[in-house]
Amino acid sequence: MSFEPNILGFLCNWCSYAGADLAGVSRVQYPPNIRVIRVMCSGRVDPVFVIEALATGLDGVIVMGCHLGDCHYIDGNYEEKMKLDLLSKALQLIGLSGRFRLEWVSASEGVRFGQVVSEFTKQIKNEGPSPFSGSKPNQKLKEDLEAIKRTLSDNRLRTLVGRERAITEFGNVYEETIEFEEYEKKIDDALNSEFLRNKILIKLEKEPLSVKDLSKSLSIESSLILEHIVSLKARNLIDFNRIDGITPYYHALKVAL
Amino acid sequence: MEDIRIGVFICHCGTNIGGFLDVPSLVDYTKTLPNVTFATDNLYTCSEVGLSLIKEKIEEYDLNRIVVASCTPRTHEPLFRSTCQEAGLNPYLFEMVNIRDQCSWVHMKETEAATEKAKILIEMGVAKALLLQPLEKFKIDINPTALIIGGGIAGMTAALNLANQEFKVILIEKEPELGGLLRYLYKLYPTHDDASKVLEVRNLVENHQKIKVITSTEPVKIEGFIGNYKVSVKRRDGIYDIETGIIIVATGAQVLKPEGLFGYNGSTIITQLELEQLLKENKINVKNIVMIQCVGARNEERRYCSNICCMTALKNAILIKELNPDANINIIFRDIQTQGTTYEEYYRKAREKGITFIRYIPEKLPIVKESNIEVYNDYLNQDISIPYDMIVLSTPLIANPDSVDLAKMLKVPLEENHFFLEAHVKLRPVDFATDGIYVCGSAHWPADIPEAISQAYAAASRASTIISKDVLEVEGAIAEVDEDLCVGCGICIKICPYNAISMDDNGIAHVTEASCKGCGLCGATCPEKAITNHHFTTKQILAQILASGGK
Repeated sequence: MSFEPNILGFLCNWCSYAGADLAGVSRVQYPPNIRVIRVMCSGRVDPVFVIEALATGLDGVIVMGCHLGDCHYIDGNYEEKMKLDLLSKALQLIGLSGRFRLEWVSASEGVRFGQVVSEFTKQIKNEGPSPFSGSKPNQKLKEDLEAIKRTLSDNRLRTLVGRERAITEFGNVYEETIEFEEYEKKIDDALNSEFLRNKILIKLEKEPLSVKDLSKSLSIESSLILEHIVSLKARNLIDFNRIDGITPYYHALKVAL
Repeated sequence: MEDIRIGVFICHCGTNIGGFLDVPSLVDYTKTLPNVTFATDNLYTCSEVGLSLIKEKIEEYDLNRIVVASCTPRTHEPLFRSTCQEAGLNPYLFEMVNIRDQCSWVHMKETEAATEKAKILIEMGVAKALLLQPLEKFKIDINPTALIIGGGIAGMTAALNLANQEFKVILIEKEPELGGLLRYLYKLYPTHDDASKVLEVRNLVENHQKIKVITSTEPVKIEGFIGNYKVSVKRRDGIYDIETGIIIVATGAQVLKPEGLFGYNGSTIITQLELEQLLKENKINVKNIVMIQCVGARNEERRYCSNICCMTALKNAILIKELNPDANINIIFRDIQTQGTTYEEYYRKAREKGITFIRYIPEKLPIVKESNIEVYNDYLNQDISIPYDMIVLSTPLIANPDSVDLAKMLKVPLEENHFFLEAHVKLRPVDFATDGIYVCGSAHWPADIPEAISQAYAAASRASTIISKDVLEVEGAIAEVDEDLCVGCGICIKICPYNAISMDDNGIAHVTEASCKGCGLCGATCPEKAITNHHFTTKQILAQILASGGK
């Protein structure tokens, strides 16, 4: 039997959900792989929802909202775009960005809704079954996904992306704006370092490890690992476990979340 | 813990669903889902019979959550919610599953796959229903008073309109008298009515027993929300508080004084507004008049077209020509904007009267010399020299400088030129995103008298939809901040499109129930995940995700 993907769609009530209804009224036919969660605004879709969906073994996730400038809630979709652009970057780090898409579909675009869903279904068929479904889920990738989930749940990136439009478009309290590209670079740096820190943390939650062990299992230079070990310790997330010979071992202080 | 008893009603919708999905198998499947106490199918769930059945079964099985799998919540959710309410159930304990518009109608040739999809959709609906919580709609008392800021033609028109509907109106004006820019105009295009005649509306406003006019007064502080605003105003003798249900912003605009442009001197080189004064006093005794359009507009500093200057120039040129047919009037323009049937006809009239139009390009601005103007004309590709006795500069309306402070007080946005920005250019043209505040006239954009009046009627009409009610019921599915989790970062306050969140005295974010629209943006953004978006909670959405078939 051919692979029939399970796809989840988040649709905003005012545009995309209405577009999906119009597709129905117009009897536009599209593949039955998509299941829909209705939200009032695409801006409600926390990037963590998408990660949770992928983690449960869904093969693809699509978020649809009003076209930019047409949001029923004025600019909810602009905020959402910031968040989901970050999500795409995060998913790229672990090779899963092909399983996620953001689209703008208006209430009058019934035919287009069908096309978008058909295309996305095709895309996910090409991607193949989710690495987290079936009897042998990919454990290493699952750990990476968990690290991405924590990265997007933690307040550092949420704060950065939450302030992004305010700071790049309207300026900070000193009425200085930061160039969008420059700000994006800061977000990228934060994403990369938080992702690595969370990967280290997840490893240390399982067993005490040394910098060398971590370097080997994560294939990352030990100097970089040490840098993050220092900052994790400063944040009270890890502590010394023991010293074996001259090698210190670390363990996680509490299981995050 | 509450014993959750879910009733599920699956609709055939005649053959619209039943003809394409295996509805009986959906019912069988639904009965296996957790907490489903009762499940059945109906031919038409929305019929009187179907609705009665829901009420009957709520009673019979003591159901406390209802799921209807049928068409779209966009059309039928209100009906089923009120059915639940009639049976004594909180309307927010209802969940709808769309198995028609988004299932049977779009997978018409795949009964088996579509039925499987419908099962998952119902499972998702039941999963959400399990976590639904009763919510109350907030009721707000409405103060049936309107406060209008600005007593120009827009503000006066709005005031009169609302007062004639028997609402109490307070009209504040920063100048010592009402009238705004209209006071300085001579005649109005395209009918050449005397501005003073239109200004007579001032007497009606001042003598209306429902309108209280307070001049030489400006707002200094604005608090509250729809139905219950408190505005502190400053008068010569102190600060006073005004309580009002709604606010209309009609603060108008001002004319740009073209200091340093084209030799402006206020005597031989003047603005259109100064020309109006000379016309009023019948002091035009010169022969060669040149008007320059777009002075200080449509350039790097002010990119916009001021909308009214072309017609103003045409009007003043025609009036002069009618007084003195021998006058030579040249209008040096970039693009003549006279939209619509009447205004375009007016332009033709100007041409027929012998007024000359010469185009200039912004790369080569006209040069004003002692007794002539040199204009490069790109049609002829050469410079033209025009003698003048008087030059009239058409300058744009610019935003009032106090707009910035007023916008901050009202917490409403300005666009880049500091004019007030409406909630939506097409869908909500005189509303602000913040409920109960409206805009009309040139505060919003340079408007001529007919436009200002239409907008004033629109704003008054929008306002009356609020203050005509004693009590306003607002959405129950809104955001709520968990005070223990909130760290007071203030991000939600900035991103809320409705200014519904503010910081309380303890540095904790607080949602104003009356202003929240329940979009959920704050919840998805909060770095501490301290915000619950009721009816679309993280728990409910995660339950839907889990039920959506990823195994």
